[in-house]
Amino acid sequence: MDINAKDLHFKELNERIKNSPEKDIVINECNGQRYIGSGQKGKNITINGVPGNALGSYLDGCIIRVHGNAQDATGDTMNDGTIYIHGNSGDACGYAMRGGKIFIRDNAGYRTGIHMKQYKDKRPVIVIGGSVGSFLGEYLAGGIIVVLGLNSEETPSVGNFCGTGMHGGKIYLRTNQLPQDLPKQVIAKEATAEDMEEIKEYIEEFCQEFGGNKENILNSNFFCLIPDTKNPYKQMYTYN
Amino acid sequence: MLKEGEIRIPSGCAISGIFSKSGKRISGESIIKSIATMHDRSNGLGGGFAAYGIYPEYKDYYAFHIFYDGNISKKECEEFLERHFDIINLSKIPTRKTPGITDVPLIWRYFVTPLPTKLNESQLDEKEFVARCVMKINTKINGAYVFSSGKNMGVFKAVGYPEDVGEFYRLSEYEGYSWTAHGRYPTNTPGWWGGAHPFALLDYSVVHNGEISSYDANRRSIEMYGYKCTLQTDTEVITYIIDYLNRKIGLNLEEISAVVAAPFWQVIDRMPKEEKEKYTYLRSAFASLLITGPFSILVGFDGGMMALNDRLKLRSMVVGEKDDMVYMASEECAIRVIEQNLDKVWSPQGGEAVIVTLNGGAK
Repeated sequence: MDINAKDLHFKELNERIKNSPEKDIVINECNGQRYIGSGQKGKNITINGVPGNALGSYLDGCIIRVHGNAQDATGDTMNDGTIYIHGNSGDACGYAMRGGKIFIRDNAGYRTGIHMKQYKDKRPVIVIGGSVGSFLGEYLAGGIIVVLGLNSEETPSVGNFCGTGMHGGKIYLRTNQLPQDLPKQVIAKEATAEDMEEIKEYIEEFCQEFGGNKENILNSNFFCLIPDTKNPYKQMYTYN
Repeated sequence: MLKEGEIRIPSGCAISGIFSKSGKRISGESIIKSIATMHDRSNGLGGGFAAYGIYPEYKDYYAFHIFYDGNISKKECEEFLERHFDIINLSKIPTRKTPGITDVPLIWRYFVTPLPTKLNESQLDEKEFVARCVMKINTKINGAYVFSSGKNMGVFKAVGYPEDVGEFYRLSEYEGYSWTAHGRYPTNTPGWWGGAHPFALLDYSVVHNGEISSYDANRRSIEMYGYKCTLQTDTEVITYIIDYLNRKIGLNLEEISAVVAAPFWQVIDRMPKEEKEKYTYLRSAFASLLITGPFSILVGFDGGMMALNDRLKLRSMVVGEKDDMVYMASEECAIRVIEQNLDKVWSPQGGEAVIVTLNGGAK
């Protein structure tokens, strides 16, 4: 089913998606409508344009593909499914995500993966092709974040305060140089063969969706960030 | 109605700006369309616009836009204006009956210039004289409120959704090189006409999305320099801080950003020596003007516009460019709705000022 979203309020757009008996839905001329796919499962949603905030919030198993940039809080508290963004993503992408995957071709904003968590087979994944803003993986409690930095070869492709408050999960950075300001409770080490095995499928999926040479990417230097359980995070917030 | 201090309304906001670097004058229609896209970020308790370059025929005069509760406050205020200014022209600001806009006060516009004798007597420079007169009206004349006082610019604001406010003030009939807009979702204060954004003093105007936690520290500090915060609204204090640091202290806008959205000491520590000294100085010298808590603001000024986020970037901001046009908004959709094909679109970092000015400097 094709939906032209021009001048359509988010409430009506989402009703139409929800009530559609068809599995494949294409939204054209999307511009700023919030909560697309919220809580939905079993659908393939293709969005042409710029979806609004909280795209795929509470998502429970759809494939959402965005041809354009996404705004803030994409995949907020999502549980299952996959979101592919052929462009940039705004702030707080994957906020409190507890399952599923988000792939971002270009850059992501501040607080990507804030408070992601995992439980048993639920292990959320975010892969960013470009660079990310500050506070990547803030309060990270579980899941995997991979930053490929494909548009910035020399410097770390993350902003300030990466991993502040991190107490679970893993952050993989494709870089030769670690951020200078990693917090004390975070341990950074060069990724091992075993680590690389863990993220291989996600990099393959990234390249399959957006293009790119997976061998080259996999053969580059990656760091893996994990919390130091012997020195846990205690402070309320960053020292300012 | 209950005003500031008598009621607390707990709660986002939307901001948008359009700027033509070549100084091309554009009608208010685009900015209305832009802000309307973010309708759901506001709740109908305030909307407003600032426009620059709209009064070329009166560009040498201060344009006062004033709200009056009634004819008594109008009479008292006009007597004050006549004692201090030469009034070149005065009129009601043209409005259109709009269903979404009710409880309309009297809204008047005056083009004025300070009386030379009064100005001499005051031993103040012209802008300071005008600013003090504005403060005096706003604090001493009951029922009168000057909400715009710059040259060749004007603020238009009301209680209502911003698209209705734009319709009400007939903004499609104005043309300016720079426009900002605000959709309000009041967080702490009642939505009344004076409390809507933009807040303005002289040529400076500010629209703001956020809620600053340093309000009272900032207020106490700025009131020491003769400003009176009458509205308990964080945006008012931001406007005065910018006026103080730019007009009175002489800091440029980048330096002002390093004061109000100062980098963390950890970040300053890692800077090269010269930069480190500069940021250390600015942060130390104006410590009480550091603004903390979430904010994203657009500052309009004579010949330019600035976008700035708080240093933690707790609010969103997107900047787009197409030829000589620059767009700044809370959400990308508010830009795409008026310009589908952008040359460039990005999100500035927290504390990173994006400043655009007319090619060839301010007019």
